[in-house]
Amino acid sequence: MNPLVPMIASTVVAATPLIYAALGETVVERSGVLNLGIEGMMLIGAVSGFAATYATGSDAVGFLAAAAAGVALSLVFGFLTLNLQTNQVATGLALTLFGIGLSAFVGYNYAGLPVNRLPAITIPGLTAIPVIGDLLFHYDIMVYLSIALYLGVLWFLTKSRMGLTLRAIGESPGVAHAIGKPVLTTRYLAVMFGGATAGIAGAYLSLVQTPMWVEGMSAGKGWIALALVVFGTWKPTRVVIGAYLFGGVTQFQLFAQGFGLPIPTEFLSMLPYAATVVVLVIICRDPKTILLNQPASLGHSFHSAA
Amino acid sequence: MQRTKISKLVPMCLATAMAVSVPAAAFAAEPLKVAFVYLGPRGDGGWTQQHDMGRLGLEKAMGDKIKTTFVENVPETADSERVFRQLASDGYKLIFATSFGYMEPLQKVAKLFPDVKFEHVNGFKTAKNIVVYEPRFEEGFYLIGTLAGQMTKSNTLGFIGSFPIPSVVRNVDSMTLGAQAVNPKVKTKAIWVNTWYDPGKERQAADTLIAEGADNVAQNTDSPASIQAAQEKGTYAFSIDADMSKFGTKAQLSGTTEDWTGYYIAETQKVLDGTWTGERHTRWGLKEGMVVMAPLNSAIPPAAVKVFEEKKAALIAGTLNPFGGPIKDNTGKEMVAANATISEAAFNSMNWYVEGIDGSIPK
Repeated sequence: MNPLVPMIASTVVAATPLIYAALGETVVERSGVLNLGIEGMMLIGAVSGFAATYATGSDAVGFLAAAAAGVALSLVFGFLTLNLQTNQVATGLALTLFGIGLSAFVGYNYAGLPVNRLPAITIPGLTAIPVIGDLLFHYDIMVYLSIALYLGVLWFLTKSRMGLTLRAIGESPGVAHAIGKPVLTTRYLAVMFGGATAGIAGAYLSLVQTPMWVEGMSAGKGWIALALVVFGTWKPTRVVIGAYLFGGVTQFQLFAQGFGLPIPTEFLSMLPYAATVVVLVIICRDPKTILLNQPASLGHSFHSAA
Repeated sequence: MQRTKISKLVPMCLATAMAVSVPAAAFAAEPLKVAFVYLGPRGDGGWTQQHDMGRLGLEKAMGDKIKTTFVENVPETADSERVFRQLASDGYKLIFATSFGYMEPLQKVAKLFPDVKFEHVNGFKTAKNIVVYEPRFEEGFYLIGTLAGQMTKSNTLGFIGSFPIPSVVRNVDSMTLGAQAVNPKVKTKAIWVNTWYDPGKERQAADTLIAEGADNVAQNTDSPASIQAAQEKGTYAFSIDADMSKFGTKAQLSGTTEDWTGYYIAETQKVLDGTWTGERHTRWGLKEGMVVMAPLNSAIPPAAVKVFEEKKAALIAGTLNPFGGPIKDNTGKEMVAANATISEAAFNSMNWYVEGIDGSIPK
């Protein structure tokens, strides 16, 4: 078998949770809200999804429960930052810490239990094609839905009226409010969307990538998703490319080791992060690319005094 | 559903908190207070779970002569120093520190509490009131190699390593030697993931090894991710620390697990008898029952089981040493001469691959 095929397949599986979490955060940040709680929402999603699937045997119920749990946690964040106008950075960090602890607490009795992995779908005629079938048509449904989500977010942000409103609010909530746009409602919906996708990303870990629940199983992927949003300069297409790039570099270093290439593993482990730094430096060299794309009101509370 | 979990957990947490904070009662025949400090949660399905089973076994054997407590999820940082100090202040006279990274904090606290006896797993620094204990993991990995060498069709074994430190390098070497003893054609591919615990990364490493042709994969990392990977791909894997067969009933051939009960009973008895001394380094293996092989999979043919049992008996009898010569490293240099066994110093600082392992150890 061509070793490239499983390498690419592993890359896709590694990148999918990052795509869900990062696309959600892209929408949240485009509305001018910075939610650093992705890691916490992912863990809550992971444990809720696992518990629901374990209890019902249905993957669909698991992913729905994960999304609902992510939304519930994001509402806490929304209430604190949007209604009470707390600092978004501090609240987001608190959300992550809370999510880590709560998921460990709730998941105590689920540790070490197995569930069946979400099966890959087979498309009659297509999956059987050699190489191409393995490469493109041999994934679980959530991989294809992540592509659909990407197209949906892309359309929403660039083509839909609501998406343009959301971006306007992210740039200048004061002006948007003055012309009668619902700032708070839009931001709430964005935060909830981010919560749902982070929850689904978490469930992808506990139901597909490694079908089990263990404490802290996201192992920092929420932070990588956050970095990807900046890496992709708040543009969905670049965010998705970044996720695949990141998954690919991580995967490459494992393959290189297995083939016995004489490269230090520490260096290889560092590669994805180093790549992120390099891209960030390149992006930031031109202030136009970063400043024009970064939502102007990102991280600022909005208070409708008028 | 969550509510029921919480209602179960709250009293448990309270009980733990109270057990830690109860001050030593000043009775003449008070029970010996024994504490265990765990790196992970008791329900981690591996390393910490086995230690906690040892603690429960100790309680059962000793009855009311002792009282035990445990503190779980103690990180290998300055936090652990606080935990050790607290336990020592609360009158615990025998404290088991069950992770390598507690070494430095333990050194500090042990100096402050000379009458408290400390036991440290897998470390290498002893003191007047610190002893070190560790299992002969290499015996378990040698037997994994015995099975893998007979079961492999591709003659390629995989190994998922955590960090390339001597105590882990020994295991991939030992597994390869065990396999080569029954199948000279065996090659091993090793992948280092630079973490003890990251299910996603362990899974990717397992998938990678399988894709590169390794049909028997062993691991020195903590999650059952590689067992799941093998189950899906129809290959074989070996568990570590605990029996992980529920994650892959077809895939898990066996595994190396630990049973700490015997050691904990022996050491506690020494303290009760007043014969406990410091400055010791204990290594127990199959013979003493600290290393226990997980149940063998029924897929292993009887002939292979027979070879496995012979090797196991030889290891227990001491007639077989995994690192008995001749052994060459993977550049062809002779590391252990024929008819010799490896020196203690070379064993403790092992940083080379034996012949048959691809690549080089990350430096």
